[in-house]
This record gives sequence, structure tokens and C-alpha cells, in this order.
Amino acid sequence: MPLPPDTRIQHLLRDLAPRVLGAVTRRFCDFTASEDAVQEALLAAATDWPRDGLPENPCAWLIQVAARRLVDHVRAEAARRHREKIVVSLVPPEEQIALAADAEGATTERDDTLDLLFMCCHSALSPASAIALTLRAVGGLTTLEIARAFMVPEATMAQRISRAKQSIKASGIAFATPAAEEGTARLGAVMHVLYLIFSEGYASSSGSELIRSDLSSEGLRLTRMLHRLVPDDAEVAGLLALMLLTDARRAARTDSSGELVPLDKQDRTLWDRQALAEGLALINATLPRGTVGPYQVQAAIAAVHDEAASAQATDWAQILALYGLLERMSDNPMVALNLAVAAAMVHGPAAGLARLHALAADPRLQDHHRLDAVRAHLLERAGEREEAIECYRRAAERTASTSERTYLLLQAARLSETH
Amino acid sequence: MKYMLMMNTPGGGPYKITSWPQQDFRAHIAFMRSFATKLRESGELVAAEGLSGPDQAKRVRAASDGQPVTDGVFPEAKEFLAGYWIVDVESPERAYRIAAEASAAPGPGGKPLNMPIEVRQVMSEPPKDLP
Repeated sequence: MPLPPDTRIQHLLRDLAPRVLGAVTRRFCDFTASEDAVQEALLAAATDWPRDGLPENPCAWLIQVAARRLVDHVRAEAARRHREKIVVSLVPPEEQIALAADAEGATTERDDTLDLLFMCCHSALSPASAIALTLRAVGGLTTLEIARAFMVPEATMAQRISRAKQSIKASGIAFATPAAEEGTARLGAVMHVLYLIFSEGYASSSGSELIRSDLSSEGLRLTRMLHRLVPDDAEVAGLLALMLLTDARRAARTDSSGELVPLDKQDRTLWDRQALAEGLALINATLPRGTVGPYQVQAAIAAVHDEAASAQATDWAQILALYGLLERMSDNPMVALNLAVAAAMVHGPAAGLARLHALAADPRLQDHHRLDAVRAHLLERAGEREEAIECYRRAAERTASTSERTYLLLQAARLSETH
Repeated sequence: MKYMLMMNTPGGGPYKITSWPQQDFRAHIAFMRSFATKLRESGELVAAEGLSGPDQAKRVRAASDGQPVTDGVFPEAKEFLAGYWIVDVESPERAYRIAAEASAAPGPGGKPLNMPIEVRQVMSEPPKDLP
């Protein structure tokens, strides 16, 4: 069914917005002013285009309208400053206007959008700021939408975004294509932010789950866009595959009453076949290509789970080997926990518990509910009922996730009832 | 007018939700979910949050240099705040009625808990034109 024309225009505007913002920011070197101007241009398009039809080159139209608005603002501002006899600007107004006259820039979509992502996800910003700014400037979400997704008041989110912009200004982060050697690190920061956006939506399952799962879709959409911009980057492909293979299980992750369903109990017929097929094809095409990084390995692990017809048919030996590989790549205690689970599945619960014992000394895992949750699971498999119940309860008291607490308490209750 | 409804739960005893049978625990969770949904649908819910367990709670004071000084964990506390609702209602009576409904959440054996709910009015801005 074709989309109604207004919806098509909205989709188009959303897709064009980051490229337009990137192009305008590059020209005017003032992110905040550029963003305001692009917002005005998008609004103008939303009213003009349904009435007058699409312009021949929608992207150029938007850039031109935004640039014109910005020039108007700059002129007004310059006049005001002139009156006040204060002239402070990174780029003198005359030069800004001169730059704007060059409507047909030499930059490409790839550079404009990518550099915008580099700026929004810069490591000088806190993750929370980077997430908010990326959703706003690249994702095109309204401040209200972002505030709802993170369950904070709109004024708080508006302030967070405005502070992020100030940090960019204050730390002198330039809107420019980073040098090749720096590019990898910058791309890594972008992937991390996109992954956080995706996980934020995926991990939630309480209250306004519909709004929150939109964050997963947005993380997926932005990663798809990034993959289109840098199709040769194996880690970006790996990240996209990881998201597809994880998101495919979304419908099976919670039951009708909203309770979490662990992977081994999920109804696999509920998995999204199309997303699975796309994710599997992507990771299978990517893995043999070049340097293997952590996102690709995580996608490969997800693929092994998703390819199994049933939980019993899971190839745990392969998963154990992949977690071993991942552990050598990253010093992450959560990876070590998952490695313990895989070891238990291959060599029996005692092997997993021995690994946990060694991990308990890690200060990053002290008081962490995941350690107790995994321990409880392995103790249960080892037949240590009482200890397992105690660990499930202790994990439940420590988790900050409502649905996870419910799940853990139900495990404890279930075990208490089996004599 | 806005009211905050605070669910204060004794540290042990029959309220110790961690030791309830599955069925009773499920019924309690289902009740809490539908309670929040009902308040949202009636347009009265402003906010509702559950708090994580008290065993990791800290009491914080500023030292003379302004730095935080944290004070232990209180697993033996007699009572702790388990969660709260903020509702925007027409009258205090309506707030009490909502509180009573929450108080009767099902406990072990499906029996109403009749737990105490503290109801406090939320301070509002002064009226626009004070005489």
C-alpha cells in the first residue's frame, strides 16, 4: 500500500534533515544557529511541498532556504552588534554570507551526514548528552519525543540538549572530516552511541514500552544509515547485524502479561524471520572480509543462537569459542560472565561456577546483580536449590530494572515451590 | 491539586515480597500494573516510580568541605519507601480513595495487604494574584 503523500514527505524530510544540517553547519561553523535555520527550512517544506509539489532537488532546496534564514539572522545579529559596538564571531558575518552564496557545495551526502554524526557523538560529550543530541540533530526527533523516551520532563531534556551544544562550542570541536587515523576512533564513538540508543529501547519493558521500543527502531534506522555511508566498514556492518539479530527476538522477549522471557524459553516462531535473514546474510558476508572486531563477534554469537531451531539445538561450543575471542578483545566483566554461562553449557555447571568464583574478585562486579543472577542460574542447574534461591533473591534486591526484578523473584518463588 | 501517595513497607514480615509464592507475586504485579494504567487513563497520574530495595540505600551528608559523606546500608530499617505515585485530583477525598485502592493490593494468599499509604499534598505555585 503506498504511503499517503504527507507521510512520504515527512519520511523524506527526516531522511534529508541530517545531510542538510551537516551541509549548513559546515558552511556557517555555528551548529546552534544552523540547527535553528534547518528547523525553519523543514517547517517551510512541510507546508510548501504538499501544496506545491516536490522541488526538483529537495536537498538543495532545504539547504538554500536554511542558508537564507541563517543569513537573515546573521544580518540582524550583525546590525544589533554594530549598534552595541561589539563584534565577536568565529567567522565574520560578511564571510558567512559570502560562504552562503556558494549554494552548490562540493561536499557529498556522505561527508555531511557523517561529520554531523562525528560531532554529535564526540567523546568530549557525556554519553547521555551525545545520545540526546544525536536523536535530535541526526534522528530528527523532537525534544518532547526524546524526553518521553527517557522519561524525563521536556524542560530537562531541552536543557540537556542545549548544554551538549554548549559543550561542543566550548571544547572547540570543529565540524570537519577527521584525519584517517583519528577517523576510526571517531567512528567507534558513533557506533557506541548508536548501540546505547538501541539498547536503551531494547532493555526497557516497563511503563511506556511502546515509546521506548521506538528507541530501538531509531538506533537501528541510524545504524542502517551509517552502514550506507560507510559500507566497507566491517564493524559498522557487524553492529547493524547485531541489532537486526537482537531486535528480531523482540516479540518473543516478553509474554502477554509483560514478564521477561529468557532466550531458552522463547517461542521461536515469534521471531521476525525477515530481520533474522537480513542480519544473518550481513554477518555471514562481513566476517570473512577483514579485521574482526567486537561488534562482529557479538553478531556472530547472536547468529548462532538465532540459527538454532530450538534452545537445545544451540551450538554452545561455538558460542564458548566466540566469547573466548570476545574476551581477548575487550576487558569487559559482562563478557566474562557470559563466557561462564557458555562454559557451563558445554562443560557442566561446575565449570561455570568455577569461573564465577574467579570473577567475584573483580571490583566492577562487586554488588552487581548480574553476578548473582548468573550464579543463581548455574546453582539451579547444579541442583543446589537453597543456594540458588538465595542468589536469585539477592540479585532481585540489587537490580534496578523492574521487569528483571519480577523475573528473578519469580525464579526464586518457582524453586521454593518445588520440593 | 496534587498529592503524593507513598507506599511505606516494613522491612520484613508478610510484606517481604521476595518470599511470596509465584501465584501471589504475579497477582500483586498484575494489580499494580492495572492500577497505574487505570490512573493514567483517568488522566490523574502525574508520575509513579518503584524504588529498588533498601539494602543498597545510603544516607548522605555534606562534610564541612562540602564533600559527600555516605553512611552505611540499612537492611534492618523498620520501614522503607518502596514506591510512590503522584496524582492530580479534584479533591483530597479522591486522593484518599486512590490511596485506599493501592492499600488493598493483594498479598500472600490473595488477601488484601491493607498496607499504610502516606498521603501528602504537593506544594503548588502561589496563586497569580495575591490580594
